[in-house]
Order: sequence, then structure tokens, then C-alpha cells
Amino acid sequence: MQKLLEKKVKVQYVPCKKANTKRAKRFLDNRAPKLTENIKNAMIMKGGNTSMTVTQALKDIYALKKPSAVLYKKKNITRPFEDSTSLEFFSKKTDSSLFLFGSHNKKRPNNLIFGRLFDFHVLDMIELGIEKYISLSDIKSSKCPEGTKPMLVFAGEAFDHENDHKRLKSLLTDFFRGPVVPSVRLAGLEHVLHFTALEGKIYMRSYRSLLKKSGCRTPRIELEEIGPSFDFILRRTHLASDDLYKTAHRQPKALKPKKKKNISHDTFGTKFGRLHMQKQDLAKLQTRKMKGLRKRRGPAAAAAAVVEGETSPKTTEVE
Amino acid sequence: MAACSIEDVLAKAEQDEAEKLKSITVQKELDLEFDIGNLVAYDKNRIDIRQFREQKKEDFLRSLARDNTQLLVNEIWKHPTERVEEVIVVKLPEPTTPLPREKPPPKPRPPTKWEEFAKLKGIQKKKKTNLVWDDVAKNELHRLRNIARAQKIKVPGVGLTPTAQQSKTDLARAVNVAKSSTASAGKFQDRLPKEKAPRNTGKKRKFQPVIGNFSNEKQRQLDLLKVMDSKKPRLDVNKAVNKQMREDDREESAAKFKKGGKKGRKGGNFSGKGKGGGGKGKGKGRAGGKGQGPPSGKKGAGKPGKH
Repeated sequence: MQKLLEKKVKVQYVPCKKANTKRAKRFLDNRAPKLTENIKNAMIMKGGNTSMTVTQALKDIYALKKPSAVLYKKKNITRPFEDSTSLEFFSKKTDSSLFLFGSHNKKRPNNLIFGRLFDFHVLDMIELGIEKYISLSDIKSSKCPEGTKPMLVFAGEAFDHENDHKRLKSLLTDFFRGPVVPSVRLAGLEHVLHFTALEGKIYMRSYRSLLKKSGCRTPRIELEEIGPSFDFILRRTHLASDDLYKTAHRQPKALKPKKKKNISHDTFGTKFGRLHMQKQDLAKLQTRKMKGLRKRRGPAAAAAAVVEGETSPKTTEVE
Repeated sequence: MAACSIEDVLAKAEQDEAEKLKSITVQKELDLEFDIGNLVAYDKNRIDIRQFREQKKEDFLRSLARDNTQLLVNEIWKHPTERVEEVIVVKLPEPTTPLPREKPPPKPRPPTKWEEFAKLKGIQKKKKTNLVWDDVAKNELHRLRNIARAQKIKVPGVGLTPTAQQSKTDLARAVNVAKSSTASAGKFQDRLPKEKAPRNTGKKRKFQPVIGNFSNEKQRQLDLLKVMDSKKPRLDVNKAVNKQMREDDREESAAKFKKGGKKGRKGGNFSGKGKGGGGKGKGKGRAGGKGQGPPSGKKGAGKPGKH
């Protein structure tokens, strides 16, 4: 009797994602893990208390990151550094793996937290404080169209030497790089984001690049400041452990470029190929027949030829 | 005199070139590192803090940005370009900076039920060769057929001499030919439970030419009108009687089967056979009756005939 009772286990109801229509199936397949992934979506949200600076800053970064970003209007009373469950929930809902959380309090004024997720769990979070900020609307100039792929430049030794700055570099590249494309229109390289790490601060400037005529094919660059300009100071960080970071970088085998077999190059750059053939009987090889080069069997043959020549005067043998 | 001027010209050309290049060259201590796939440049040079403080911050940053962007653009322009629909695009290489993925790589799907079954049974996928009907062979085939006809040699009909790689239609045709090669032309051949009756067999209809014998056509049309006009149904008494008898037999067997089925299931095989035979006959009978008049009238006439 006890065995029967033991078998009755409470099963938690877990709603599994099942698609009834083709459209739903396509939607779920788009969000499923893939070999080559979609462009990373960013969710931009406000914390419990925000200042005008922070709200405007969030709006400007949303404008830079459009259309692959969502800007939440309501305030979310969470603290990412302590509890990241609500962030993870939102990321699952909107299929976003990047986030930007803005907040303001006395201890940390004008705070922005840039972060990214792997498999809907927090990977890295870096907190930056805004010391000086000039918004998009304050700078009067014609802006770049939405969705242009920006050129990114990271200047300063700190981006190479310090661990925190290295991660920040990787995170900012991930955030702002846009879709990965095989080719880019030359005239469309308009937007430049320049990050400088100097004296513990990070200066972010956004310019519009004008391609001027130079004597040769490559144009001369002139810059015009357009976008938001930030003076950041690095505050807290929550970086992923090394093995989690490694797992996140693991690429599927199928993406490795396939090596072309039977092709080799020598030191001069000449390309060599290999052909595999069946064994050939070289004696029976069909080559071009040149009568003059036919093998003569010796003096006896020559005598025979001479005799032939005498008996048949009609045939003219050219030797 | 001429030699001097040539030298001058060359010197001037060199100067011009140098000036042109000056506008796009940038002097840097360390070369920048580039990741063109992502359009990123990394400048590892030391930034002169004194200069930064002396100059206005914005101007310093802007000139630094201009230099770095110039170098990045120079690097991008080194890559191959192509023209796509009146627009010049540069082909970017693969991105080199390793960035973490969004989600873990996809896991291999579990095998489907068919795949498991195939693995269990050892079934392998066989690729069918694309055998196309050869026109030359067709001529040969027709020629031989004509010869056979001329010499009155019997030639096996379609589908009876199997060749390799028979298609579905060929096999279906062979089955139909085999089925109808019985003493009663396949009328009493059983069918599988879900098999459908073949409808495209039989001789092709022969149509009269469109404009030919006018009197013949007129006669035929008048006959047709006469048939449609007549009130009497066109009845083939023999056929009607046979049909009625068959129907009665079927009903009896169906009733027997029902009784038998209720008692026990042991007679399953037999009942299936009877039902199949009965069903087939019903279908055939109906097809036969369509050419005749309305079925209701026939039935009435049939019944007194039987008695």
C-alpha cells in the first residue's frame, strides 16, 4: 500500500512553449538558440528614483540603439547588483540580452548600469556614473539616420591594461556595434563613437564623419559633433567568472570555416592542387602519334625500308 | 633646357603626391589595432595628459577622434569593393574580437519516430536515379511495335514486362491490368479495404471530327433529342434484373455478417471478405446503372420482374 502512495508525486505545472500555428512556430524558432544569432536586443529601464539627466540620457542611448532596443516607461524598483531576477524575467519576455538600467540616489547620483546576459542569466554588469552630460537635443546639428552602423574607437592605455576596462570595452562594443553585415556602403560610414579612457574617467563622444575629397581614393575625414556626449566615471562592477565567460564564448563546431582539402600553397604563393586518379597502364596511354618519331627497329628495319622504297615507287615515304 | 624642365616636372609631381598623402596620413607612435568586421579601432597610444589639460578638452578629444577615425577609414578603404545596384559597397571580413553569445549553441534535435524506426530496421535512404524517358529509345520502341503489328506477333501489353525502377504509375497500371485479366474482366476481384476503384482505365473515347459529315451529325443530334423526349425510361431489363439480384444477395450477406459479428469475432476474416466483395459489387452496379434512366423507375420495374 505504501508503494502506491509513494508513487503519487506532485508534478509542478510548467507551461511548455508549444506552437499551434505556423506563425507561432516561426516566432519561437526565431527566439530559439541558433548557429548564427540575431542582433542583440537591449532593454533600457529606469530604477526607483531617477533624475532628469538620467531620463534624458536613457532616451538618447535608446535613440542610438534603435531599432534593436526597448525603452520602458515605468519605474522598476529593483537593484540589479543585489537581485537580478526581475531583469532576467524581462529579458526572457522581450528576448533581450543587453540592458541599461538608470537610477539616481544620494550615494550614487546619475547612475547607469550597462549589462549583458547569457542564456537569460546575468553575465557582466558595469556601473558608470555620469559626471557631465550634453544631450542630443542640446547640440544643434543634423543627425545621422537611425540604424546606421557606427564606427567605434577606443583610445587610451587603460582599455588595454586594466581588466575592468577591458570588459567595459567588450561590453560597449557588444552594445553599440549593430548588426553584423558582410558589406557596408562606403558613403554610409557616417557615425563615429569615440571612447577615451583617461585619468580614471571615460569620455564618450559621438561624431558625424564627413568624407572630404583628398587627392587619392581614400577620403579625408572631418568630424562634426552630433550626438550625446558623456563624461563617465567607473563605479562598481560585477564581472562574470572566468569559466562562465569561457562557456559564453564557446562557438558551435559548425561555424568553423571548412578547410578545403587537396589545396596547398608553397612559399611563393603558388596554388597547388591534388588530383586522385586510378592507376593507369602507361604502356597503353593514348598520346598523339608523330610518325617521324616512331621507333625504328635497327639496321634490318632500315634495309627493309629501303627494299620497300625500291619495290613500290609510288609510295613516297618522308623520313 | 628640356632636361631641366623634365626634372622640374618630376620634382613638382612628387611634391604634389606628398601633399595629397599628407591630408590622409596620421603620425602615431603605435599603430592602431583594427577589427574591420565590427568597424572598431583600438588606439593603445599614451595620451598626453598635459596637452589634454592645456588645450580645451573638447578640441583635444575631437582632434584625437579625427586622427583615429582617419586611420580606421584608411584601413577600411584598403578592403575590396564592389558595385551593387549603383552603390559602391566594401566587403567586410569576419569580425575578430571574440564577443560572448546570446544563448548557448543549439543542441542536436532528438531523432524523430521515423528516424528511430529506420535506424532500428537498418533502412537507409536510397536516392532514386533520375531516369528520364529517352526520345531515341521511344522511336525504337514504336518501330518494333509497328513491326510486331504488321507481322501479327503477339506483344505483351503495358506493365507486364517489368523494367528496373518502375514508378508508382507503372506499378499501378500493371496491377490494374493483372486484375482485369480474369474470366469476368475483373468484376469479382476483391479489393483491399481502402483501395479505390480505378477510373481511368478502358478505351479512350473516340470523338468525331469537328467539321465533317453534316448529315451524320444532324442525324445523331435528332436521335438524341428523340431519346430525351420520350417519356419511357431506357431500360435494359436483363441488366436491371441482375443488378437487383446482386443487391439482394449483398443485403443477405450483410445481415448474416451482422448476426455473426454480434455472436463472436472469430468469423472476422470471412466477414471482411464478404463485405469487401459486396461493397465492390455495389459500386460496379451503380456505375453500370448511371448510363440508364433514373434509378427509382428501374427499381420499380425490377421488382415485379424478379417475382
